[in-house]
Amino acid sequence: MATALPTDFTNQVNYTDEVAEFPPEVIEEMKSHLKKYPPERKRSALIPILFIVQRERGYIDPPGVNFVAKFLDLTVTDVWETATFYTMFHFRPIGKYHIQICRTLSCKIMGEPEITEHICRKLGIRPGETTPDGKFTVSMVECLGSCGTAPMMQINFDYYENLTPEKVDQILDSLQ
Amino acid sequence: MEIRAIGCEPLQLKRMHIKDSHTLKVYLETGGYKALRKALEMSPEAVIEEVKKSALRGRGGAGFPTGIKWGFVPRSSPKPKYIVCNADESEPGTFKDRYLLERDPHAVIEGMLIAAYALGAKTGYIYFRGEYRYLIEIMDKALEEARAANYLGENILGSDFSCEIYTHTGAGAYICGEETALLSSLEGYRGHPRMKPPFPAVEGLYGCPTVVNNVETLTAVPQIIEMGGEEWRNLGTEKSGGTKLWSVSGHVKKPGVYELPMGYRDMEKFIMEDCGGMLRPDKKLKAVIPGGSSVYIMNADQIIGKGVTMDYEGLVAAGSAVGSGGFIVMDETVDIMESTKNLTEFYKHESCGWCTPCREGTDWLVKIFNRIAEGRGRPEDAQLLLDICDNIEGKSFCPLGDAAAWPIQSAIKRFPEDFKKWLFKNVNKDEIVANVYAE
Ligand SMILES: Cc1cc2nc3c(=O)[nH]c(=O)nc-3n(C[C@H](O)[C@H](O)[C@H](O)COP(=O)(O)O)c2cc1C
Ligand code: SF4
Ligand code: FES
Repeated sequence: MATALPTDFTNQVNYTDEVAEFPPEVIEEMKSHLKKYPPERKRSALIPILFIVQRERGYIDPPGVNFVAKFLDLTVTDVWETATFYTMFHFRPIGKYHIQICRTLSCKIMGEPEITEHICRKLGIRPGETTPDGKFTVSMVECLGSCGTAPMMQINFDYYENLTPEKVDQILDSLQ
Repeated sequence: MEIRAIGCEPLQLKRMHIKDSHTLKVYLETGGYKALRKALEMSPEAVIEEVKKSALRGRGGAGFPTGIKWGFVPRSSPKPKYIVCNADESEPGTFKDRYLLERDPHAVIEGMLIAAYALGAKTGYIYFRGEYRYLIEIMDKALEEARAANYLGENILGSDFSCEIYTHTGAGAYICGEETALLSSLEGYRGHPRMKPPFPAVEGLYGCPTVVNNVETLTAVPQIIEMGGEEWRNLGTEKSGGTKLWSVSGHVKKPGVYELPMGYRDMEKFIMEDCGGMLRPDKKLKAVIPGGSSVYIMNADQIIGKGVTMDYEGLVAAGSAVGSGGFIVMDETVDIMESTKNLTEFYKHESCGWCTPCREGTDWLVKIFNRIAEGRGRPEDAQLLLDICDNIEGKSFCPLGDAAAWPIQSAIKRFPEDFKKWLFKNVNKDEIVANVYAE
């Protein structure tokens, strides 16, 4: 008999009929996005609403997708199709603080390798990994429009620029 | 970081150092929304005429004349029309739009309103790259203020012109800066580019006439209306009107956002004096990518003593292009094989996967670069890279494919030593590839 793979071995997401629920104020926030587009063009609100789902649930999960499909009158496949195109959406849990280090040319020549090495050593993980306590995830990302203040990183939605190893220590130590 | 104008009065950068410049109050105190009032007293055709006279060319990278683009919109069409501001700013080396959006959001709104009036549009969207979340918050506040003061909404300033503007977020995809991919994304789809023609001016958002303009293009519009197209053009040259922002990064003492009149001379002075010279004075200038990662890389010999003029014609004559104005300076410590590899990895990551030459081609390019960087390069690899570039360039569905090929083609021709060094480590087969490197 073949040995079963660990359940998280593949990137496949498990199918479920479960539909996520959100508090009324979150539903209101989603509706505020719908107002921006013509009534017959609800699909336009898909990306902004997926960001809300990700914020509320930690990542884009199947119940969240089921909810969005119902909310926007789309098929579940429509929602997956769009969501999986964009790098800012995650489909499995990530750390509370998502450290995104810019690896593109201007940052690279201004000291990115040293910064990346410092962060990875300090946290004991490699890019793409999450610390065991679930606090930090490190990713390498492409140019974030901060090349004049390189090297830089973005943690969640905040920019940190003109980085030095000392500055990185201060920033990471201040995150709880 | 420096933010300043050189060789002209600051126009785009006028409010950069004023406290609270993002508020309506300061915007009005510094002459804001005057151009909108003036435009509302002109006919829409006259507004387009002024923009044509200004010789303003799109600042997003392609450099298409803005007035002509606006003229393509069929005003008589019964369909709604849309104005879309491209705030996706993701071209490596480019960060000027970020400062305009952060410190002068009302100038973006005013530019969009004037465009909307000229095009007969009643709705505008500002498409931000997803990472610019804090700028969306600033813009939403600015839009609220503008709405409260009737610069937005119904019957703006008592006229019969009505218009609403909304912010919209992307979610991490360089390709969504390409205008048709942007529209796909704005409609809630994957960010794949669309076939042109029909151009967005005829069939854009929701199949309706749409103009997509870059942030810096739109913030130039109020200036043009206020001072007149001709006067604005005269700040620059006959063919390249007005002023332009340059995002300077890399090995200079004073990186930053610089506003230069078009036709500014010359590039060497700009680097060595205006930008403070080389970061490490003992390291020589080696290379410059003047217009964002998608333009040809220049070597020092093409710059030093050559009097390169900083405008569309001048940079083409010098062997590169204005692009998005992302000006990356590299000193002699940079290995151009490695810098080109870095950019190729960017294009591979950002290829949207829609067409085969770009999707597969960029992947193969990266595989070969990896082999070279691991010290397993073969002398014929330079030719192999160029062959793959030939099969991408001009054969891809959108310009991202071309943009992936150009850095490699120019780097191999202009920095042959940096490639030979990697490829001829153990073998001596100079003759096989000698002609590959000849310019
Ligand atoms: C791959 C690719 C990426 C682009 N990225 C941007 C961008 O981030 N911002 C932008 O304004 N234009 C970008 N453009 C250019 C747009 O397609 C379009 O030409 C521009 O938004 C038109 O505005 P403009 O005429 O005012 O420059 C990109 C083009 C391509 C092919
Ligand atoms: S050239 Fe690249 S980015 Fe453009 S459509 Fe083809 S695969 Fe997509
Ligand atoms: S290259 Fe790192 S922010 Fe642009």
